[in-house]
Amino acid sequence: MKALRNYIEKIKPNFEKGGKFEKFHSVFDGFETFLFVPSSTSRSGVHIHDCVDSKRVMITVVVALLPALLFGMYNVGYQHFLAIGQQAGFWTMFFYGFLAVLPKIIVSYAVGLGIEFIIAQIKGHEIQEGFLVSGILIPMIVPIDTPLWMIAVATAFAVIFAKEVFGGTGYNIFNVALITRAFLFFAYPAAMSGDKVFVRTTPVCSLGSGSVVDTFSGASPLGQVATATSSPVDIVNIVGQPLTQWDYFLGLIPGSIGETSKLAILIGAAILIATQVASWKTMLSVFVGGAFMASIFNLIGSTPAMTVSVLDQLLLGGFAFGAVFMATDPVTSARTEKGKYIYGFLVGFFAIAVRVLNPGYPEGMMLAILFMNAFAPLIDYFVVESNVKKRLARISKNNA
Amino acid sequence: MANVIKIKKGLDINLKGEAKEVPLQVRKSETYAVCPDDFDGVVPKVVVKVGDRVKAGSALMVDKNHPEVKFVSPVSGEVVAVNRGEKRKVLSIVVKDDGEMAYVEFGKKDVSSMSAPEVKDALLEAGLWPFIRQRPYDIVANPQNEPRDIFISGFDSAPLAPDFNYVLKGEEKNFQTGLDALKKLTSGKVYLGVKNGAAAEALLKAKNVEVVAFEGPHPAGNVSVQINHIAPINKGDIVWVVRPADVLLIGRLFNKGVTDLSRKVVVTGSETTERGYADVLVGASMCSILEGKVLTGEDLRYISGNVLTGKKVGLDGYLGAYATQVTVIPEGDDVHEFLGWAMPRCDQFSTSHTYFSWLRGKNTEYCFDARIKGGKRAMIMSHDYDKVFPMDILPEYLLKAIIAFNIDKMENLGIYEVAPEDFALCEFVDVSKIELQKIVRNGLDMLYKELN
Repeated sequence: MKALRNYIEKIKPNFEKGGKFEKFHSVFDGFETFLFVPSSTSRSGVHIHDCVDSKRVMITVVVALLPALLFGMYNVGYQHFLAIGQQAGFWTMFFYGFLAVLPKIIVSYAVGLGIEFIIAQIKGHEIQEGFLVSGILIPMIVPIDTPLWMIAVATAFAVIFAKEVFGGTGYNIFNVALITRAFLFFAYPAAMSGDKVFVRTTPVCSLGSGSVVDTFSGASPLGQVATATSSPVDIVNIVGQPLTQWDYFLGLIPGSIGETSKLAILIGAAILIATQVASWKTMLSVFVGGAFMASIFNLIGSTPAMTVSVLDQLLLGGFAFGAVFMATDPVTSARTEKGKYIYGFLVGFFAIAVRVLNPGYPEGMMLAILFMNAFAPLIDYFVVESNVKKRLARISKNNA
Repeated sequence: MANVIKIKKGLDINLKGEAKEVPLQVRKSETYAVCPDDFDGVVPKVVVKVGDRVKAGSALMVDKNHPEVKFVSPVSGEVVAVNRGEKRKVLSIVVKDDGEMAYVEFGKKDVSSMSAPEVKDALLEAGLWPFIRQRPYDIVANPQNEPRDIFISGFDSAPLAPDFNYVLKGEEKNFQTGLDALKKLTSGKVYLGVKNGAAAEALLKAKNVEVVAFEGPHPAGNVSVQINHIAPINKGDIVWVVRPADVLLIGRLFNKGVTDLSRKVVVTGSETTERGYADVLVGASMCSILEGKVLTGEDLRYISGNVLTGKKVGLDGYLGAYATQVTVIPEGDDVHEFLGWAMPRCDQFSTSHTYFSWLRGKNTEYCFDARIKGGKRAMIMSHDYDKVFPMDILPEYLLKAIIAFNIDKMENLGIYEVAPEDFALCEFVDVSKIELQKIVRNGLDMLYKELN
C-alpha cells in the first residue's frame, strides 16, 4: 500500500489548484478518499471522531442489497429457461441473469456517477456517496426488459432534477431511485408494465437461445391480479402452473429484478436493522399499514383485487422491497422517531390502496413512497410542533 | 437520597489513558497566561502594559461592557507580553512569575453575615466573577442580573475526566463556603448535581443547596442536562452555572482573603507516560505540566480540557481558565488508512453497528487520534444525534434552526437551554462530520448580539 500511497502523493500536485489536471480535482479527491481515509484532523469542536462515515453507511446498504440482487440475477435466468422450456443448471441460469443485469448496473452507475462527478467539480465540493445506493437500486426496481437507453435517460433525469437541483446528497426531497422508476413508468409505460417486460425471452450473448413454450404468459402476479375478472384470483407462473405463498416468499416468480425474493429481502432487512442503518420502526409500520388497508379491502371485497389475502398483498410485487430499502431512506423519509411510525403506516396504507383501486398502477408502492416523501416534512412538522408546544406550555405554567 | 434522576441516552467513550488518583509532581510554570478566548461573551480591555508589576489577584484585563468584571493574574510578577492576532484581537496576556507569590489582600470574610451585593463585589474585585457563567448563551454571567437558580454539576462525566471527590479532599470547608456565597446571589435555589452512589460525604451533606443525584452515561454530568431535568430554562429565565472546582476558588477567597487560583489538574491521555493529579495554577504553561510525561517521536495533540470540549493548545500553549484536565492524544495526520471505510476496523471504536466494536464489550479501551475519518456531508442519518442527547429537545431541528438563524424557531426549539458542549457527543457520532459545537457557539453569539 505504501507504493500506492507514494504514487498518489506524487501525482497529487497535478490535481491541486494551478496543476495540469485542476479540472479533475473532485474526481481525484473522490478516488483518493475512496482508497485512503482522509488524514485531516479536527480543527474545532471534538478532537476525536467515531470512525463511521457516510461511505461506510452507504456500503452497508449496498451489502444489504446484494442478496436480493444476486437472487434477482438467478431468477432472471430461471424465468428465461422456464419460458423457453429448457433445463439448465444453477450456474447457467445465474450466468444468464448476470449477463442480462450487468449492463443495467453499469449504465446506471456510469450515468449517475458521471453526472455527480461533473457537478461536484463545478460546485467544487467532494463527491458524495449517495449515488452508490441509488445506482444499485435502479437496476433492481426495473423489469429485465427495460432498454438501457431508457435507464440512462431516466437516471440522468432523476440525478439532476430530483437530487442535484436540491443541493445533492442529503437535500433531496424524493427518493432518487424511485424518481428514476417513476420517470420510466410515466414516460415509457409500455416498457414498464404489462406481460412483455418481466421475463426476458431472447438470448443474452448467444446464451439460452430457444423459442418460448406455447403456454407462456409473462404477466407478473400483480398484473394478473389487476386484470382478473373473477375472485378468488388464481395466480399462475409464466407457464400456467399455480403459485403458492411459498413461491412468493422464495421469489421464483416474474417481477422487477430485485423485488421477487422476500427471503433475500429479509436477509437485507436483517443486515440493515442489525447495523442500525435503517429504521425498524419505518419497516414495521409499512407492513402494518399495508396489512391494515388490505384487511379493509378484504372486508369490502367487491372486486377481485380486493379479495387478495393480506399476506398475499404483502408478499406480492415491490411491497416488501420498498418497505425495506426505499421507505427507510433516511433523507427522504420522516426524520423524527414518532414521525417514522406515521410515515411508514401511510406508505403501506397508500401502497395497497393504489394497487387495489387503480388497476392501471399495479405497482402502488412506488407511488405511495413518492407521495409520502412529499408529506414526510409535514409529518415531522407536527412532531416538532408538539415539542415546541410543550416548551411554550412550560412558560405559561410558570407565569400563571 | 430521594431525588435520583436516571439518564438513559448518552455515551461513555472508553478512552485509553485514565489517570489514577495519585498526585503528580510537575515543574513550576515560569509564565502564566490569561486568554480572553476562554471567556465567551467578553470583550477584553487590557488594563496593564508590558513591564507592569502585578500581584496575584491584580486585574490584567476587564470586560469592556462590564468593566467591574476583572480578570486577574494568578501569580505575582511582571507582565511580559500582550499577544495580539488579526484586527489587534487580544490572544493572551502573559505574566512572568517572580517566585514570591505576593497576593493582593482582600481580607477574610464571614459569608454568613454578608449581603448579596457584598458577596458580588468581593467576587468581582478578586477576579473570580468570570468563573460564574450564565445560561442562556453560555457566557460569563452579567453581574447586573439576578439568576433564577444556580446550578453546579458536582461531577464530570466526560472521557478521562477528573474525579471531583478526589479533588475535593482537604478542601471541604472551602467548598461549603463557596456554596454559601453562591446561595447569597440568588433568591432561588442552588442545585448541586452529584453522581448517584459515588459522591463524597461533603457533596451529599452540603448545606444551603439542593442535592440531586444523577445516574447514567455522559453527558449526565453536563450541567445543561441536569438543568433540563431539574428545572428547565424558559425564555426570559437566567440561571448561573459554576463548575465545582471553581466553587473551591470562591470558597478560598472568603476563607483565606486572597485570590488563590491553584487547582488540581488531571493529566490524562493515551500518549502520556505519567498520569495523575497535578497541583498547578490556572493559566500555567502546558510544557511545565507535561514536560517529560509524554511519548516522544510522534505528532501529538495537546488538549486543555477533555477530548470532546477541550481546546487544542499545543505544548507552547497555556492551560485554559476553566480546564481541570489535560489530555494528550496522537494527532494522526500522518496516518493513511487503506480502504478504511470497507475494513472491519475491529480496533477502532464506533457507536455504529456497521463496525464491530459494539461486540467487544464496554470494558475495551480505545486509543483515538484526532482524525475526522470521513468527509463532511449534509445531515443524512436521522436519530443519531437523539441517541446521545438526553434532553427534551430535538437536536437536529434545533441545529437546522441555528444554521438558518431563524430566531423564533431557535427559541421554540430550546436554544436557551443548551451550550455548545451539549452537542459534543452528537458531533462525535456524526456520520456527516459536521462541526456542530462551532455551529451552536456561533449561533449563540449571533443570537446574543441580535437580542441585546
